[in-house]
Amino acid sequence: MGSKYAQGFGLGSVNPDLASERQTASFSVERLTTVLDGGAEHTRVRRAVVEAIERDPVFSRENQYFQTQNERYEAAVRKAVHLQKKMHEMGWREDGPEFIYIYRALAGDVAFLLHRVFMRSISVLGSDEQVAKWIPLATKHQLIGSYAQTELGHGTYLQGLETTAVFDTTTQEFILNTPKISAMKWWPGDMGRSATHTVVFAQLYVHGKCYGVHPFIVQIRSLRDHSLCPGITAGDIGPKMNFEHIDNGYLMLQNVRIPRENMLNKFCEVQPDGTYVRRGSQKINYFTMTTLRVSLLSDEVILPLMKACTIAIRYSAVRRQSKLNPGEEEAKILDYQTQQEKLLPQLAAAYAFHFINNYLHKLFDRGYKEIQERNFSSLPELHASSSGFKAMLSQYCTAGVEICLRACGGHGYSLLSGLPSLYTKILASCIYEGENTILLLQTARFLIKCFAAASAGQPVPQSVTYLAAVKPGKCPAKNKLDFLNPDIYVEAYQHTAIRLLSSTAAKLQDLIQSGVKKHEAWNQCTVQLVQAAKAHCHYITVKNFVETVEKLENKAGIQKIMKHLCDLYALHGIFSNAGLFLHDGYISGAQMDMITASYLDLLGVIRKDAVPLVDAFDFTDKSLNSALGSYDGNVYQRLYEWAQKSPTNQQVHPAYEKYLRPLLHNKLSKL
Amino acid sequence: ALVINDPDFQHEDLNFLSRSQRYEQAIRKSSLMVMKLREYGIADPEEIYWFKSFVHRGRPEPLDLHLGMFLPTLLTQATPEQQDRFFMPAWNLEIIGTYAQTEMGHGTHLRGLETTATYDPATQEFILNSPTVTSIKWWPGGLGKTSNHAIVLAQLYTQGQCKGLHAFIVPIRQLGTHEPLPGITVGDIGPKFGYDEMDNGYLKMDNFRIPRENMLMKYAQVEPDGTYVKPLSDKLTYGTMVFIRSLIVGDSARSLSRACTIAIRYSAVRHQSELKPGEPEPQILDYQTQQYKLFPLLATAYAFHFVGAYIKDTYRRISGDINEGDLSELPELHALTAGLKAFTSWTANAGIEECRMACGGHGYSRCSGIPDIYVTFTPSCTYEGENTVMMLQTARFLVKSYNQVAAGQRVSGMVSYLNDLSRQRIQPQHVAARTVSVRINDPVSLVEAYKARAARLVEAAAKNLQAELNHRKSKEDAWNRTSVDLVRASEVHCHYVIVKLFTAKLSEISNAAVRAVMTELCLLYTLYGISKNAGDFMQAGILTDAQITQVNQRVKELLAIIRPNAVALVDSFDFHDTHLGSVLGRYDGNVYENMFEWAKKSPLNKTEVHESFHKHLKPMQAKL
Repeated sequence: MGSKYAQGFGLGSVNPDLASERQTASFSVERLTTVLDGGAEHTRVRRAVVEAIERDPVFSRENQYFQTQNERYEAAVRKAVHLQKKMHEMGWREDGPEFIYIYRALAGDVAFLLHRVFMRSISVLGSDEQVAKWIPLATKHQLIGSYAQTELGHGTYLQGLETTAVFDTTTQEFILNTPKISAMKWWPGDMGRSATHTVVFAQLYVHGKCYGVHPFIVQIRSLRDHSLCPGITAGDIGPKMNFEHIDNGYLMLQNVRIPRENMLNKFCEVQPDGTYVRRGSQKINYFTMTTLRVSLLSDEVILPLMKACTIAIRYSAVRRQSKLNPGEEEAKILDYQTQQEKLLPQLAAAYAFHFINNYLHKLFDRGYKEIQERNFSSLPELHASSSGFKAMLSQYCTAGVEICLRACGGHGYSLLSGLPSLYTKILASCIYEGENTILLLQTARFLIKCFAAASAGQPVPQSVTYLAAVKPGKCPAKNKLDFLNPDIYVEAYQHTAIRLLSSTAAKLQDLIQSGVKKHEAWNQCTVQLVQAAKAHCHYITVKNFVETVEKLENKAGIQKIMKHLCDLYALHGIFSNAGLFLHDGYISGAQMDMITASYLDLLGVIRKDAVPLVDAFDFTDKSLNSALGSYDGNVYQRLYEWAQKSPTNQQVHPAYEKYLRPLLHNKLSKL
Repeated sequence: ALVINDPDFQHEDLNFLSRSQRYEQAIRKSSLMVMKLREYGIADPEEIYWFKSFVHRGRPEPLDLHLGMFLPTLLTQATPEQQDRFFMPAWNLEIIGTYAQTEMGHGTHLRGLETTATYDPATQEFILNSPTVTSIKWWPGGLGKTSNHAIVLAQLYTQGQCKGLHAFIVPIRQLGTHEPLPGITVGDIGPKFGYDEMDNGYLKMDNFRIPRENMLMKYAQVEPDGTYVKPLSDKLTYGTMVFIRSLIVGDSARSLSRACTIAIRYSAVRHQSELKPGEPEPQILDYQTQQYKLFPLLATAYAFHFVGAYIKDTYRRISGDINEGDLSELPELHALTAGLKAFTSWTANAGIEECRMACGGHGYSRCSGIPDIYVTFTPSCTYEGENTVMMLQTARFLVKSYNQVAAGQRVSGMVSYLNDLSRQRIQPQHVAARTVSVRINDPVSLVEAYKARAARLVEAAAKNLQAELNHRKSKEDAWNRTSVDLVRASEVHCHYVIVKLFTAKLSEISNAAVRAVMTELCLLYTLYGISKNAGDFMQAGILTDAQITQVNQRVKELLAIIRPNAVALVDSFDFHDTHLGSVLGRYDGNVYENMFEWAKKSPLNKTEVHESFHKHLKPMQAKL
């Protein structure tokens, strides 16, 4: 195990400042790791995959911070190609237990991710013949696919897409066009340089009538020499904040003709004579898109926060600065209350989100079974949950990673800390797969409906039954210890969620009754609606954390430390949103002071286990790719050695000869 | 325009260049800039500043530390003899210097620096050493590749005693070859979050000897026999810190203004979805949620602008007094600028990100210009004093003032509200008796609300601190256990100061239309702050929950009122397109066609078929 972390830096033993943190752990780290993985077998498989990937030099990320966009892209393509070989070698299959850990082990630094989305959309939206034709080609990488939905002018609002597909009965072809600049496809991954084919979403026109947005398979590059096909203009959209390894692309279509059979036609078909036929239910498709939002939470949103916490907390146990007590040595910055207040709530949130992610997966598994039995009744709840939690988690985790970055002082800004890239990557998650504000408004729409139904005594989905339980009252807590009772704080969250929703519902009602048009009233309430949707998700997250802790085995100190984290997560939420809880007097000013006191006490308690709690996430040094966060805590030595490998240090910089030398030699002073 | 139209300063879009190329471009432009400054005979610091900001478009450059720290430090801390030796060569750029303070192991906590300078009376030299890995100088700009000298801060040892930190002029590279001198290890610290054109560097010294005369000796001195002569006052160094922090406040305002300009112009150009069924897609700036994201930030940008101007003026006024030996106002200004530096940089930092997010996916592209504004600005939360530490410095002053009042003394300046803490304590019933609607539209009475909040939280923090001390804890321990409260107290104090300054500014505006719109912005800033921190105002009994509901409502009304002026309000910031560096924020609003033009220049598009196809894709397809 020890050798795994040595990384060939030629560094010695663990920094005593970190070693001492591990000696006092109140719980078994290994046991907590298996809890997080969902069982010891999962832990074993995960470690085996990570080890196999990290041992392979092709997958190394050590130089990535020094690379240009072109180099990053090329490395990602090389890795993607090599991964095919590796999977074959290792006997890993796409439907095997290892598969989910491969992407995690690569930290997403690989090309052709959209190729999989391409395949999935054909599997879901294509007829049996289409699946039979395309999937084998894609599986063998005879073609490389992409997924072209977003346009320059339109993102989350799909109905607004402007690309057109006009059916020509005489040739039995669709004619695809991006009629104006804003209609150009923009952002699709793998499309800028790699893809040969893509699924294009376009407005379907038959005999002059528009039937809305439909998917079409379009070849964009030659399979022979990779040159662009006639009528196609495509390229890379240029540098972004991150994802330099992905060739996000643009695509312009000018009278590109594709056969009728290239429209994905499991649910809708244009027949040879131009008759438009809709068959079956498209709801299952809707479900697939919804699932995507949930499936990205773990790798793209929660893991980055866990990594950032690991880096920042380990570094804070190694970094000593200033003195807490005169005459003593300088204190670990983790011992400063202000540092604890920055980092420990993020740590608690990382655990809270891990558990809510499990909850969502269970919810979706159940939903999936029902849907297969042609029962679509749970779809609205699933859609609302996936939207709301995706928005809440991505927003919170993004902010959390930034807090971790800034908590590492100056060194956090070095790319070698690993934190800048974690940050610039995670923040894209606030936008892709649905812009967060819009998603929260969708959740709010669902909640408003449920609230009306619940008030009228009609049945509502399980996760919102609490809306029927409106009861006025005050928080019964009498001292700060009462706020460590989950019943007390769960009740407070519930109360606040209901209050925000009911007052917004009432305001909407008032506006409409006073003659304001429905859509106008909605726009006037959107700020409050967003707040209500967040409060709902926050409540469910707290409640789920409490329920998870109750179910944990009371062994090896796990349940106890998780209870502390749960309390911290809940009380930090109240502390940070005091106005919402104080508003109708449910919590009094005096009680808010008790909450603050309890919350600050908890920081001190969790401080003792902070390092073991991040160790339990079980990230290898290679996956953290950080000079500050390594397991052995030899921060400064690693930073120094790594910096010397920077290309800028390879020689006297050419700028010296060209510009500095003349300057230094005072050829200027003549002027 | 002198600079913007000068063909010598043109180059490819920086977004498409590697770090090495960006450094090279910056050096090229800096060299040219120095020549042109001489050519045009520009010498006024203000003019140099503007010239520079157009050459580098507000971006850092490798000579920043030479111009901003090395030369000024020589002026203020060198003896006349030292100035003779170093100043003119440095002015003529034969010497390029940097300022090496921060070490790998220590930043804001200066006393912890480990570099040593030991005096050897036998040779009359200082021996400089970096005795540990953590003592390696780390981060100084221009150190990695550009400079041949550095002002090094080191712990001075003479006659066996440590005399604390002092500054030394250290040559680091050979003139002529630019190779590091023996005993010097120097290099670039590698890639960072932004600052690509800056060669932030490291410096390790092994028994490196410099003559005694290289210690900056205007204040403290070491005599040839090693006798140490103490400086007269150490408060003088406050002046420089106040000055630099006041620049950061101004920078917060400017950076946030730039981000707001981009996001608001783009929101007026972008159409999306539908507000009313059957009508064309509306500008996204018409959505309440979008206004709620952007307009409070616009108001904040204006607020910070006025605060920055205030500190600059106060500093100018006080520095006159300082030169005459009157240091009485310095502690408060020092405490205030520390807090305001932290408050404004934190807020602007979060605001820039909010602006980027408000631009949806395209904000994430570097063509939006916001990623660049963010990475350039965000380190200001850490440099020149880490923000949390800054807040605690302000808190120390606040607690001190509170204790003075408690002991029966009066305090003056921005903390004078502490004088009448006991009188001013607000009773809830008292509040209920006030006429509510008027107060919420009256900035002056809202300032009172912020003042009451500051008084309450400063008092609470001071009392909590006292309670910890009563638990027989050591002073330091008690301070640490109260530090979250103390930071809060500083924040609300700064918030009050900003609201107060913004409100005071209104009466100085003579143009009625401008005053009207500034009053709306001021109200928005103030009310939004209440809405976001409603808990504080309710818990203190300053506002009732009914009033908070009214405040929330009023904020939304103000959004609609400001909407028609939104674009004009960012146009007033008067950023030139070149300076803004954003396709989304262009003055002419021709966003989409220019995004396409920009993308075509991406390095990945240099060839029609990328070489990866031949290297990796084709072989794979052939094999499978």
